[in-house]
Amino acid sequence: MLSIDRVGMRWPGPDGGTEAIREISFDVGEGDFVCLVGPSGCGKTTLLKCLSGLLTATSGRVALHDRPIDGPPERMAVVFQEYGRSLFPWMTVHGNVALPLRQQKMPKAERERAVAAALAAVDLPGVARQYPWQLSGGMQQRVAIARALAYQPEIMLMDEPFASVDAQTRADLEDLIRSVWREYGMSVVLVTHDIDEAVYLGERVVVLSDKPTVVREELAVDLPAERDQVATKALPAFAEIRSHVYNLIRRSPTTGPTNRLATPSTADTPG
Amino acid sequence: MSRPKVLRTGWRVRSHAPLGLLGVLLALAAMEGVSRADILPHRWFPSATQTIRALVTEAGTAELWNAIADTVEGAALGLGIAALIGIPLGILIGLSDPLYRLTRALVEFLRPVPSVALIPLAVLLYGTELRSKLLLVVYAATWPLLVNVVYGVRDTDPVAIDTARAYRLGRLARIRHVTVPSTLPYLMTGVRLSASVSLILAVTAELVIGAPGLGQIIVQAQAANAVPLTYALIVVSGLLGLALNVLTRGVERYALRWHTSQRAGSRP
Amino acid sequence: MTAPSRSRGRGWSRRLVALGVEAVLPVVLVVVWYLTSAGSTNFYFPPLSRILRAFADSWFGSRFTADVLPSLGRAGAGFGLAVVCGVAVGLLLGSSRVARSLFEPLVEFARAVPPPVLVPVAVLAFGLGNSMRISVIVAGSVWPVLLNTVEGVRGLDEVLRDTASAYRITGWRRIWRVILPAASPPIMAGVRTCLALSLILMVISEMVGGGNGIGFFVQQSQRSFALPEMWAGILLLGLVGYLAHLVFSAVERRLLSWHSGSRQSSRGES
Repeated sequence: MLSIDRVGMRWPGPDGGTEAIREISFDVGEGDFVCLVGPSGCGKTTLLKCLSGLLTATSGRVALHDRPIDGPPERMAVVFQEYGRSLFPWMTVHGNVALPLRQQKMPKAERERAVAAALAAVDLPGVARQYPWQLSGGMQQRVAIARALAYQPEIMLMDEPFASVDAQTRADLEDLIRSVWREYGMSVVLVTHDIDEAVYLGERVVVLSDKPTVVREELAVDLPAERDQVATKALPAFAEIRSHVYNLIRRSPTTGPTNRLATPSTADTPG
Repeated sequence: MSRPKVLRTGWRVRSHAPLGLLGVLLALAAMEGVSRADILPHRWFPSATQTIRALVTEAGTAELWNAIADTVEGAALGLGIAALIGIPLGILIGLSDPLYRLTRALVEFLRPVPSVALIPLAVLLYGTELRSKLLLVVYAATWPLLVNVVYGVRDTDPVAIDTARAYRLGRLARIRHVTVPSTLPYLMTGVRLSASVSLILAVTAELVIGAPGLGQIIVQAQAANAVPLTYALIVVSGLLGLALNVLTRGVERYALRWHTSQRAGSRP
Repeated sequence: MTAPSRSRGRGWSRRLVALGVEAVLPVVLVVVWYLTSAGSTNFYFPPLSRILRAFADSWFGSRFTADVLPSLGRAGAGFGLAVVCGVAVGLLLGSSRVARSLFEPLVEFARAVPPPVLVPVAVLAFGLGNSMRISVIVAGSVWPVLLNTVEGVRGLDEVLRDTASAYRITGWRRIWRVILPAASPPIMAGVRTCLALSLILMVISEMVGGGNGIGFFVQQSQRSFALPEMWAGILLLGLVGYLAHLVFSAVERRLLSWHSGSRQSSRGES
């Protein structure tokens, strides 16, 4: 459905600029759950912005249903890490969730139903008339997820969605995402720097490397669909995938056998 | 006193200076064309060349420079007196909670009073003397200084004060080393606002009361129907204002060169 | 959940007490003025009682419609036009880098011109009348709004902008629901300055070239040495300034309640 084909991004600057991401390719199928995991500070956010059409890649091609993306496409929702800056503070929770639907000219009755259903799905009934900043961080991120759900996307992109909340809330939100993904049946692409989170959430994990970002490996997560914070993480399969990914990320980018671009002469470090 | 609203100092796009020059040239050309073609009555809207010619001629006269000197003198003296009143008073009110609460309503009431309301009083008391101008300038220029200083003093980081106390700094040392430096950005905002208010009120006194200065010769030029000269003098007053802005921004930047977060910190 | 509403009930009584404390000094000053000026024979400073009588005589009669309303109408029209133009042009310049670079020096110059010098030019161009006065108010007070709008639009948070783009919020809805609210805190700061300038320019433009209005009345009183009337006029101008400030503050509080709320909660968390 979403195909990423040799996408590269180079920021302009002296000496040919800085290469942020290089020749990234992978596909996201219908109903897929793909986690992109890589070290902090690598070009994950840049990559996600290219997928969402907020940035145009300097090389390669991103296509949704074989149509190249040249701007935010329809039926694609984005959830940002900075919920405090992504939710409009001058609107109530209801207003925030409803705004994209108003833009779509959805009839009022239908819109009200969609907003209520989305807020119920993220387990936030009764806060519709409050302002986002009156809620806790975890609740605010739930509102942002509700906004994405109400948009009825066929694909949802999430950029480090749980990086700014505390550990307990984070676990709750992870389970919430798994359950709405199964319930709504859309595709999800989630970017994270947390290996546990990537393995726990994803059906597939794409491991990225640092500077410039390339795909180290793509692997399927062979865990039961019904996941549990304690039981799943105790499974031997979970530990195995987890340590595999961990080793991939820890290894230096120029020596890894799975590195498809093991040509040190061109892997110039920016700066 | 509510939080003083900080006026932004405009935008900085230095890399696009050629475009800006183009804009100025386009505006001059438009002024020239509109006037020449009589789209706006040529009599009341002189062309750019006429205005520039009047400006050049006038620049050769002592009259213009004397007028500028009078205006600058009034504004600068007024600003100085306003600073002598506003800054110490602001520190005092900011440091004392009871004093702050006592004066709050009074300041809230007096500050929005348009200073031009005092024009008749100034005329009666001092005629066209310099003191007449000063009365208006000082009244108007004191408020921005006072209010910003009060806010700055009250906004001092309590952790910084506690730190100073923990190291047993005396009250005066605390004011000198903690309160004053952290108030400086607010003070500078106040200075910038007060400086432009001073110029406005000095020119107003000259325009309305007839005190000597740039405002007075503008009125004279207009009364004599010397249209290009009137426009040329307006341009002079704008250049004067521009010079003042550049100067106060420079002072602000110099005074706050240590204060790296100053720009980011003033973001809402 | 944070609790901005928790202390509301208790806050009211405390606010009343605070209001009482604050009112002490103004009341004392007025009483002192009244008492010390009671037997005043000083020509320039007549007794407050006479000023108040002149105030009632001047403003509670036909002068209210003859002078006060025209003044307020002019100031209001000029102020309203200045805000609309300032925001509109500011939006334009704020969202286009080319337009901004093109007009930067011109705007910097225009806002540096002391607004009162526009009066003579406006008299040349429009003669003596309402169009002169209103155009002076607009041309003199539009700049703070314009500049702060540009600043506000340019300072739009990147995540906010991306969110609006990702959900394909475009056109009017984007301006009205996203850009303007996000830029409203600096815009409102500019509007406050614009309001003060509007009143000042209203008075000055009325003092030049006669006609009617509060400014005209004050000047006439001064020229005919009618001191109590002159003071009554000064008092009225002070009151108008203060009331305008009160109304504006109320509007601002309402429009920006989300802003102070979100500021407080983000400060409380960090």
